[in-house]
Amino acid sequence: MLRYSLKRLLSLGLSLLAASAVIFLAIEVVPGDPASYMLGINAQPDTVAALREELGLNVSAFERYITWVTGMLTGDFGVSYTYRTPVVDMIGDRIMISLPLAIYALTLSTLIAFPAGILAASKRGTATDVSIMGATQLGVAIPNFWFAMLLVVFFAINLRWFSAGGFPGWDKGFFVSMKALTLPAISLALPQASILARVMRSALIDTMNEDFIRTARAKGLTKRQAMWKHALRNAMIPVLTIIGLQFSFLMAGAIIIENVFFLPGLGRLVFQSISQRDLIVVESVVMLLVFAVVLVTFIVDIAYAAVDPRLRGRS
Amino acid sequence: MQFVKAALRNRSFMIGATLAFIFIGAALISFLWTPFDVTKLDIAHKLQKPSALHWFGTDHFGRDIFAMIMVGARTSIAVAVVAVGIGIILGVPLGLAAAARKDSLLDEIIMRTNDLVLAFPALLIAIMITAVFGPSVINAIIAIGIFNIPVFARLTRGAALSLWTRDFVLSARVAGKNQTRISIEHILPNILNLLIVQGSIQFSLGILAEAGLSYVGLGAQPPIPSWGRMLAESQTMISFAPHLAIFPGMAIVLTVLGLNLMGDGLRDLLDPRLRRSRT
Amino acid sequence: MNFLQIENLNLSIHGTPILKNVALSAAKGEIIGVIGESGSGKSMTAFSVMNLLPTGAEVSGKIILDGQDLLTKSEPEMCAIRGSDIGMIFQEPMTALNPVKTIGDQVAETVLIHGKTSRSKANEIARDTLNRVGLPAEQFPLTRYPHELSGGQRQRVVIAMAIALRPKLLIADEPTTALDVTTQAQILDLLKQLVAEDGMCLMLITHDLGVVAEVADHIVIMKDGEVVESGETHALFRNMQHPYTKALFEASSHVPDKGDERASKTPLLEVRNAIRDYITPRKSVFGKPQTFRAVNDVSFVLHDGENLGLVGESGCGKSTLTRAILGLEALQGGEIRIHDVPVEAGTHMPRDLRRKMQVVFQDPYGSFNPRHKVARLVAEPLHLLESEPKGAERRQAVEEALIEVGMQPADANKYIHEFSGGQRQRIAIARALIIKPNLIILDEAVSALDVSIRAQILDLLADLSSRLNLSYLFISHDLSVVRSVTDRVMVMKSGQIVEHGETEAVFTNPQHEYTKTLIAAAPSLQDALEKEYT
Repeated sequence: MLRYSLKRLLSLGLSLLAASAVIFLAIEVVPGDPASYMLGINAQPDTVAALREELGLNVSAFERYITWVTGMLTGDFGVSYTYRTPVVDMIGDRIMISLPLAIYALTLSTLIAFPAGILAASKRGTATDVSIMGATQLGVAIPNFWFAMLLVVFFAINLRWFSAGGFPGWDKGFFVSMKALTLPAISLALPQASILARVMRSALIDTMNEDFIRTARAKGLTKRQAMWKHALRNAMIPVLTIIGLQFSFLMAGAIIIENVFFLPGLGRLVFQSISQRDLIVVESVVMLLVFAVVLVTFIVDIAYAAVDPRLRGRS
Repeated sequence: MQFVKAALRNRSFMIGATLAFIFIGAALISFLWTPFDVTKLDIAHKLQKPSALHWFGTDHFGRDIFAMIMVGARTSIAVAVVAVGIGIILGVPLGLAAAARKDSLLDEIIMRTNDLVLAFPALLIAIMITAVFGPSVINAIIAIGIFNIPVFARLTRGAALSLWTRDFVLSARVAGKNQTRISIEHILPNILNLLIVQGSIQFSLGILAEAGLSYVGLGAQPPIPSWGRMLAESQTMISFAPHLAIFPGMAIVLTVLGLNLMGDGLRDLLDPRLRRSRT
Repeated sequence: MNFLQIENLNLSIHGTPILKNVALSAAKGEIIGVIGESGSGKSMTAFSVMNLLPTGAEVSGKIILDGQDLLTKSEPEMCAIRGSDIGMIFQEPMTALNPVKTIGDQVAETVLIHGKTSRSKANEIARDTLNRVGLPAEQFPLTRYPHELSGGQRQRVVIAMAIALRPKLLIADEPTTALDVTTQAQILDLLKQLVAEDGMCLMLITHDLGVVAEVADHIVIMKDGEVVESGETHALFRNMQHPYTKALFEASSHVPDKGDERASKTPLLEVRNAIRDYITPRKSVFGKPQTFRAVNDVSFVLHDGENLGLVGESGCGKSTLTRAILGLEALQGGEIRIHDVPVEAGTHMPRDLRRKMQVVFQDPYGSFNPRHKVARLVAEPLHLLESEPKGAERRQAVEEALIEVGMQPADANKYIHEFSGGQRQRIAIARALIIKPNLIILDEAVSALDVSIRAQILDLLADLSSRLNLSYLFISHDLSVVRSVTDRVMVMKSGQIVEHGETEAVFTNPQHEYTKTLIAAAPSLQDALEKEYT
């Protein structure tokens, strides 16, 4: 188990290193001189020179890359050109909205998907199954930001249960803040839950056809007992894979959803930075999001080993 | 022939295909005819509710929503088709090559690169491209297309690997055929069904992704009409003109639903296990 | 009234009749062998007793166990009976256990689910039962997972689960078919011993006459869902009534007519000091990769016109050796020559060398690309000819090859799924024959076939060999098949040839300990019946 985890950890580190190189190449090397790009075409040559100096562009791209990566390791993401504040401070505030939103949505989608998938599988072919599958078919097809708009119309504008957007700040209290994140989380979670419920159902049905389920039935377990005691844990293996893959969609979704609800999260920050040509901020946010995706892949790999003893090797 | 008969009997395939063809048809017809000119502004008739004249109403510039949805279908479908094409044309050969030389350096490089690309959701790729080159519909295509490459490469490699261990492939090797020929003659025909089904799934995901990118301004730019941007523009008016948001949203949902149902139907129709039991 | 009595058992699934008026009976402490080829309904009879039938099944008749009619029981009542009064063992030990639960938990579950005892007592029973089936605590603690055990050990765990509550009836559905002969012998001994100790009734379902002849007290022979003959084992074989029983008996001990001795002195295939190493995955991230020697210093010669057998259990290296001979994998030492030309792995191998050998694989279902028609499948090796025949000439070559193996020329236009397993194996042979090779490697080519079909294919092979002056390298785990068709035989164990000689000499007077064990372990119908008379 320890050896397996170390191996995954090593691959996590390598992935991040490779990803950072890709991001650096794409954002700093491809466009040519970042300083003149950031200042636009009408900039004065001495302004550009000053910015080059400030950004440390007078050394080779490789050295800049090393500086950037080692900086990130020590928590130094550079200084935003537009706001002249450390990027790490800007991100720090925003991440306290984006991260809780993603976790809230993931929790919701799991809480909806598991019971729905299990119920549909155990009542396979019945009206319950058909209606759950119909609902998920619809859920998969709905764009989350449009669903978010419908939620706003219904719950915020018509019923006035929630505010239509904005974020009070965590210092105004936990529940007030969570309430502000509830509609965004629901709109993110429902399409995800639909996919997850479908995977859960088909994984369970597949597992129920395995030989070892027949063995369990021969021992005297009822169908229900065989499903809960034997099939469920085996079915978790494909479900975990999908949760891992879905996380990157969830992150992307969160960035878009923040726009619907005017939440000052990473999404808003990155779009603002794009329009202000603040490359340092874009670079850092993208790196952070990739880090999140890679980290979740790592966690899923560890969870696999917890579920499946075959991956643990002999301890 | 038998396939056509089975397809006609498959309910989800028929519903899905009908929905998908309505929107593909609308996109094609829009090149020849639309009920109103979507480039012409008609401020006098702005924000009209749906009526016999303007079936889905008009927007804040007085443009006909129905006509805009027809033209928007072009953008959605074009982006998704090209993005799936990129994924298949680049991903499938990579997957086949990786499987043919399992555990070789080539395989290792292809699979590690795959993992790396998968860590970048389409939206992040679009953000990076836009940050450097500015927003455009081409960026959306490239971003979604790049994201599709590892999806197809992985699927192809996985399916191909299990085929490479099959005896009929060993027989072909004993018959002296090289890896390229075996990949084309034996592997590809046997994963075609899988690719068709995955293609329909990625097609519908592509439409959703294009809508999302256009919604946040990273995709289609004015004056190219797009469902996602229509939704973005409708947002400030949603409290008094909900029809601006409802119709483009419905268009996305129905297209994606249609493609997904068609994909499910195809999976049943093409699954050799099910087909064997029928014959 | 017998302890187990099945009367008038009829079963249909979605309207298709599967079982027709099946009747059988067995006494306490007795082993009843149910024999049949695939599709005979023998497994469905077992599942009817367990009442674990697929959806759409309709069953009628009587299944009486110890005075109770099982067919009148409700599902909850059956759940209480399964695992407690009736235990069951399955064919595939590799998939019969839940991979994510420990063997201890899985055996204890049988006890717990019937609510007989506490958790700790259940674990105690699990421990005792595992000891009984030959998995002692030192090597096999309860915390072991199935993937850490071999096939035979897993089958022991399945047996432990089935007998943990000392059931009255144990059903074993092809319990040794997936196992090696030596393991098979051990499992059969274990089953016999358990029956003797617990006095339960054992219903042993198998396709192998040798197995039942050795262990069963009573035999029931089934064909197409009906019982065609039944009776006390030796009496039944002494006085077979039904033609099917006779046919089955003849097919099981079938010896094809080998024709005249044709072996020349010209070496066709020479293997000299062949070594094949595999690199096994690294044990740790920084550790050195380990190697595993699958083929260790193997040398032999196969002459033109000779049939050579290669026998060994799974994992002995025989498949690896086959792939090296076919030029699919490179050797790490030694060399392989065909008519004195060295075989090289990969695409470097010259065509005229490849043309001299072809192969027929075991699985008649996996050997063909399902997307191609038979004509294209059979014609594939023509690629190896200097001038590949086209059009009518190509068609004629395909038809001739099909006729050669007893198929019709019109079969060329069909897809492979339209044929049965035996027909597919004929088509596979046609594909091998089409370029008129000198050597055909038969890699377990008849192992997946029913006995009667197997006998026909063996006859075909013998006929082709003498008519076309073909040589075979006949690879099999099945001693009786190898004995019937080969001139010489080699026995392989752990990558090495441990014994090598004239087939009859090796079988009648084995020299190496391992060969002796193999021959003793192989169930033999003749031996079992002879034992009775002496």
